[in-house]
Amino acid sequence: MSQSTVDVSAKGGFSFDLCKRNEMLTQEGLKAPSFLKTGTTIVGLIFKDGVILGADTRATEGPIVADKNCEKIHYMAPNIYCCGAGTAADTEAVTDMVSSQLRLHRYETGRDSRVITALTLLKKHLFSYQGHVSAALVLGGVDITGPHLHTIDPNGLTETLPFATMGSGSLAAMSVFEAKYKEGLTRDEGIKLVAEAICSGIFNDLGSGSNVDICVITKGNKEYLRNYMEPNPRTYVSSKGYSFTKKTEVLLTKITPLLERVEITEVGEAMEE
Amino acid sequence: MTTLTVPIDNGDSVKIAEEESQRTLYPYVTGTSIVAIKYKDGVLMASDMGGSYGSTLRYKNIERVKAIGKHSLLGASGEISDFQEILRYLDELTLNDNMWDDGNSLGPKEIHNYLTRVMYNRRNKFNPLWNTLVLGGVKNGKSYLGMVSMIGVSFEDDHVATGFGNHLARPILRDEWHADLSFEDGVKLLEKCMRVLLYRDRSAINKLQIAKITEEGVTVSQPYSLKTFWEFSSFHNPTAGAEGSW
Repeated sequence: MSQSTVDVSAKGGFSFDLCKRNEMLTQEGLKAPSFLKTGTTIVGLIFKDGVILGADTRATEGPIVADKNCEKIHYMAPNIYCCGAGTAADTEAVTDMVSSQLRLHRYETGRDSRVITALTLLKKHLFSYQGHVSAALVLGGVDITGPHLHTIDPNGLTETLPFATMGSGSLAAMSVFEAKYKEGLTRDEGIKLVAEAICSGIFNDLGSGSNVDICVITKGNKEYLRNYMEPNPRTYVSSKGYSFTKKTEVLLTKITPLLERVEITEVGEAMEE
Repeated sequence: MTTLTVPIDNGDSVKIAEEESQRTLYPYVTGTSIVAIKYKDGVLMASDMGGSYGSTLRYKNIERVKAIGKHSLLGASGEISDFQEILRYLDELTLNDNMWDDGNSLGPKEIHNYLTRVMYNRRNKFNPLWNTLVLGGVKNGKSYLGMVSMIGVSFEDDHVATGFGNHLARPILRDEWHADLSFEDGVKLLEKCMRVLLYRDRSAINKLQIAKITEEGVTVSQPYSLKTFWEFSSFHNPTAGAEGSW
């Protein structure tokens, strides 16, 4: 073993070192920067041959739409993808981190990654941060043991489900799933149901909007359908935009005489001192 | 100590001390969502029969949809005692009207307006009636469906839902409601919404009533329950592939 390995944080869990300084700063009047939340609808479902994940594409910063077409379905492994809701930076960072860890693990073991590996790595990380890493994830993939779908809460709770939704639009999407999900859906039926659930979130939840992304994972194959549906196109009044004619148009004829130039000549005597 | 100004007989008013002001601060016994739609012949309204006392399901036989006069149906979610108070107010209203004995009766639009005024005025005095009311009715062939919230927000629509129904039933209604639904289709649509609510609302119970109002009058169905499905293969052994998760 190499002697020069870096010792990364011997004590696990949340580091409270900066809390005192943060408190002092807020007392001085510094406003903490606001988070970029994804205010999202993310869903996943298991169909006959694998897993289908879906997500909307709106990223919000409070009441403003910061990114109209962001990517919420993150790559974890060739056979595993993860949708993320919550603070955008947290979902990106945590999925990137676990994706790298999985890759190293693949080199170590020489085998394809399993979904529970990703699940355990994510849940360990999120639990140790006690919910402060605000990432709610829908993890899905197909490995040697079959198709799997899990949800991971920011506090570290995981659930294994046949269909799942997370994010602010989760109730709207879940109502579609609860009404229409059946076992043994075909690929097209599954995609249609996922698109319907995401559209339900897009049109009924203010935090979700724009387009629908879908990712279909089956044994040995994955299809990332970016912008599978674009139900909110931008419509211009005219495809050419505005046009201004080159003709000079006479609006009004009015002659305004300028004042005559008055010459002042020195007449008379200068004022008395 | 706060004082209360009470009017006395000769037109003056007198200040009396009161211990604690009696305002509604939180609800105690609550009913969950109401879902209602307009259909071909009138209005259909569905509600379950549960009254929760905090997190306990205390009462399982509460009718949260009542007929008002000949032309309207009133459904309420929220505090049950306030709903009973509102029914009393409406009783007084209709009684006063009947005493004129001129054949006129209050239509759904009038009752909706009355309720809006009552709710909004109570909210202005910081003493709300803690309900979201759904008013449906048919008068002279025209169907009417409206909603008033506890702060006085009032509007009319083709389909309404209160409480959790806002999040779970509205998306389904927005997608699948269309004008001129038949009675069977309307009931199927309401049952679809109520089933999702049953699965996902913790204060919902599997005992519901569907009320119908048409030009002929009001019919409130007998309580019945919905069929639910729990046989997904993943539910049989959920953590087969992932030990340590739920």
